[in-house]
Amino acid sequence: MKNIIQHRRQWLKQAQGLGLIALGLLANPLTVFAKKEEADEAIKKIVSGAAIREGKVTLTIPPLVENGNLVVLKVSVDSPMTANDYVKTIHVIAEGNPLPNIFTVYLTPRSGTANITTRVRLADSQKVWAIAQMSNGSFWQGSAETLVTLSACTEMV
Amino acid sequence: MSKTSRTSITMPATAKKDSIIEIRAIAQHDMESGFRYTEGGKLIPRDIIRTFTCTYNTVEVFKADYYSGIGANPLIIFTTIAVESGTLEFRWVGDDGYEAVNQARITVS
Repeated sequence: MKNIIQHRRQWLKQAQGLGLIALGLLANPLTVFAKKEEADEAIKKIVSGAAIREGKVTLTIPPLVENGNLVVLKVSVDSPMTANDYVKTIHVIAEGNPLPNIFTVYLTPRSGTANITTRVRLADSQKVWAIAQMSNGSFWQGSAETLVTLSACTEMV
Repeated sequence: MSKTSRTSITMPATAKKDSIIEIRAIAQHDMESGFRYTEGGKLIPRDIIRTFTCTYNTVEVFKADYYSGIGANPLIIFTTIAVESGTLEFRWVGDDGYEAVNQARITVS
């Protein structure tokens, strides 16, 4: 009988702990993250009124990320990369990061291909966009969605 | 005050003319985002690398702007066409007077 009571106590304690974790999650400073509007704003700044078409751009990130501090991100743009037809810039924008801009690369016909790999931070489960500007001025975009279990940026030092 | 740190370049030492080579460039840097707080609640100021450039025999062939969203010890993998033998120079410039330069030679046949 004593054993059962102790068991029950332990279980109660554990349940309480879980409750605290849930509270902690609620109090997360989610408000500091950029919202979709901010990402849209950043995209608007890049294209300055031009139309963006879907396609040509492939953005690869793992669909499930355990640690948002280092996420391997690969972006490739379908382009012949000749002197008359090449990718000028690629912008990567994340809607859930405190700062939507992640990086911008400037390519030339001498790049040979438009394949870039780097490691980024993701603050939350979110959608990430890559926007490429071609040498003729047109914009193309691709996106990928990911689930982040441990967020970057929020931890204390 | 100027700061620098260790950098590393991985690329082939020889290449056929007009072939595409892959270059991996990494710099040792914390990339402090400027969005983190200490336990005392003080905001840690941003300290990141802002730009990375690659010049091939003094011609700029690749440039990247980094923001806070780039992870610590920024790695970037990109490609270029091996047009001639010579030197590739890589330069990282960042906040607080940070600058690092690395070079690699390539023989093109």
